[in-house]
Amino acid sequence: MIPLRRTCQEVAALLVAREDRALGVADRVAMRLHLLACQACPRFERQLLTMRQAMKQWRAYAGDGSPADSGDSPHL
Amino acid sequence: MSIQNQLAEHHAYLLRFARLQLRNDTWAEDAVSETFLAALAKPQSFANRSQLKTWLVGILKHKIIDLLRQRGREVPLSEDDEGGDGTVEIDTLMFRADGHFSALPADWGNPEQDLNSRQFFRVLEACTDKLPAAQGRIFLMREWLELSVEDICKELNVTSTNLYVQLHRARMRLRECLELNWFASSQRSPSGPP
Repeated sequence: MIPLRRTCQEVAALLVAREDRALGVADRVAMRLHLLACQACPRFERQLLTMRQAMKQWRAYAGDGSPADSGDSPHL
Repeated sequence: MSIQNQLAEHHAYLLRFARLQLRNDTWAEDAVSETFLAALAKPQSFANRSQLKTWLVGILKHKIIDLLRQRGREVPLSEDDEGGDGTVEIDTLMFRADGHFSALPADWGNPEQDLNSRQFFRVLEACTDKLPAAQGRIFLMREWLELSVEDICKELNVTSTNLYVQLHRARMRLRECLELNWFASSQRSPSGPP
């Protein structure tokens, strides 16, 4: 039996890693199982998907007439 | 409009992105100058003003990749990372010792509206700029220059393991910065209270 238990911290790390590399199949199964049972991790996953979408749009803005084209950066 | 004016019009914009990516003002100036030189070799391209910016950004990306190829290894990967800026490793704040989230991640709601906001992208840019230099450079090589992990490892002479660690930290930091400065902030709703 493959060990299928993952903590939130481990699942979060896998969700982040997924942006840059393909996950192994055991990790994917364990991650799916965890996401079905967890309240926090699906939120974290949606946040990362929002960021992925944002970067995609930012790339497009950075390549053409940009809505983020003028004005000073906000001070954080 | 003269070619000179057209270039001047895009200069600040190109320089901003070159700086964000290279984290070095001299290199950024060089990349923009190289871009202009390449553009001036094809003066007929300036006739199509609506495409000019896209074209210039495309050239700039190539010039930046060339620069990173020549100079990237001069910049150590990790020394500015977890040291000087006093940042605690984000994982230890986000998670309890048993691996659970310390707090439920925020519901970012429906991002459609945010992604239509110019101000959102200013915050995203500022958050990217706030990443430690090496992390920011790597993150943008992935997300803006759209280089593969293999290529970035080759250009910067780092192992993929090290690269994944840097990307992980960059993404976690960026997430936190967006949460603090956009998703939990009054900037989010333009009609809201100041």
